[in-house]
Amino acid sequence: MSHGNMNLTLKVWKQKNKDTKGRFETYHAKGISPDMSFLEMFDVVNEQLITENKEPIAFDHDCREGICGACSMYINGRPHGPKGGVTTCQLHMRSFKSGDTIVVEPWRSAAFPVIKDLAVDRSSFDRIIAAGGFVNVNTGNAKDANNILINKDHADEAFNAAACIGCGACVAACKNSSAMLFVSAKVSQLALLPQGQIEREDRVLNMVKQMDEEGFGNCTNIGACEAECPKSISLENIARMNREYSSAILAQNKLHH
Amino acid sequence: MTKSGFVTSSIGKKILMGITGLFLISFLLIHCFINALIFFNDGGETFNKGAEFMGTNWLIRAMEIVLFIGIFAHIFLALKLTIDNRKARPVGYMVVNGSANSTWYSRWMGLLGTLILMFLVIHLKHFWVVSRFTDEITSGKETMFDEMREVFENPIVVAVYCLSMVSLAYHLLHGFQSSFQSLGLNHKKYTPIIKSIGIIFAILIPLIFASMPIVMHFGIIK
Ligand code: HEM
Ligand code: SF4
Ligand code: FES
Repeated sequence: MSHGNMNLTLKVWKQKNKDTKGRFETYHAKGISPDMSFLEMFDVVNEQLITENKEPIAFDHDCREGICGACSMYINGRPHGPKGGVTTCQLHMRSFKSGDTIVVEPWRSAAFPVIKDLAVDRSSFDRIIAAGGFVNVNTGNAKDANNILINKDHADEAFNAAACIGCGACVAACKNSSAMLFVSAKVSQLALLPQGQIEREDRVLNMVKQMDEEGFGNCTNIGACEAECPKSISLENIARMNREYSSAILAQNKLHH
Repeated sequence: MTKSGFVTSSIGKKILMGITGLFLISFLLIHCFINALIFFNDGGETFNKGAEFMGTNWLIRAMEIVLFIGIFAHIFLALKLTIDNRKARPVGYMVVNGSANSTWYSRWMGLLGTLILMFLVIHLKHFWVVSRFTDEITSGKETMFDEMREVFENPIVVAVYCLSMVSLAYHLLHGFQSSFQSLGLNHKKYTPIIKSIGIIFAILIPLIFASMPIVMHFGIIK
């Protein structure tokens, strides 16, 4: 990795585990290349800490190419830092100036408890998906591909919604810690496709119920989620979910009374 | 199938918020129209007729009850939402760069609403209490227009009314378009139109309202 000449001061949240109180710790990142990603800068800092026999900073990462959604970091007051449309692993140090002080915090939400330092527990998202973010299919021989016709506009819209990587930046950005953008992306993706029709009503009811039970806040349409989403998931999905929810409630009452 | 409570669900609350918000907007429109009758500048003659119609027509009186229920529901839901949303982030951030992703007034709807509520209490005391619970107006001693002139003699009252209209304007600047989104009414073609109408409404209506105490105070309308 090319060595560079950027020197930065980091103020990073350190927290031992779920049950302890955390605090900010100051670190100095020296000789950072502007071509490094934000996570590579953390790698350099951590290697230095290890050689000094100090504890490295815990943070989540996996793919490092913007597709897994693991790299949750709230950087200088914004999820995934100052650039739009990217995850932390895609953020480069050239977006900062040498001498900058950078404050790095974990996602803050009752539904995302801190596991350690910058790593948070996002299994609440998994439980929302398990509540309804799936389709039922028959087992047996594989069907021919493309034998279900799909309207092109619907396919495109579903594809846009399916771009959501479940990173949780929408929750982190929202002043209400609302998970509406994430849940609406998942509801929309399946509601728009023929394969998703059978569970359509149960899906939205169950996923919203789970979302509420996990302790996420209520949406007030401020739109911070859309602005900060690395995959530019649109607020239109939230409106669609509100429609899906209303019609599911009506349909449910029709069947049960 | 799971039975879910509509009213207690996050989306149910949002939809009710949107409905009550739009209902309050429709009230503002009618209220503004009736009050603007003072601009005929005929010593309040037309305005007094309008006020009397609003005070005596049975349909309007029935709607008044609905209006109070609507305001109460809006405030109750707003409080519930605001408190729940606080709980959803027990540990806050040290640095928040909110202006990077949203407007300040969309983030401060609770505060703007509370300012409007404080204004509503003062405003109801000035006019509604006097016309309904005293015999000032019904006895013919005074007209609604006289009452208005009296209230707006005080420059502090005029200032409070004007500042409150600024709060209302910002509340509507976010609220108007937000209520459509809450109801799921988002459309490629119509949403930009709704947003434009919302901006015009949010500026124009409070501006007309704010001009009333000013013209009455300075005797431009008499
Ligand atoms: C004439 C008076 C009022 C009008 C016309 C009005 C209108 C609106 C509208 C249209 C919305 C958007 C609803 C939505 O997003 O679905 C809204 C939201 C809100 N209002 Fe009001 N409002 C008024 C008074 C109040 C008062 C007195 C309070 C509080 C004490 C209040 C608190 C709120 C809050 C906290 C929100 C944001 C919650 C949300 O978006 O879900 N409002 N208002
Ligand atoms: S909607 Fe966007 S911000 Fe939210 S989880 Fe999906 S990709 Fe991340
Ligand atoms: S590490 Fe996978 S998206 Fe950043």
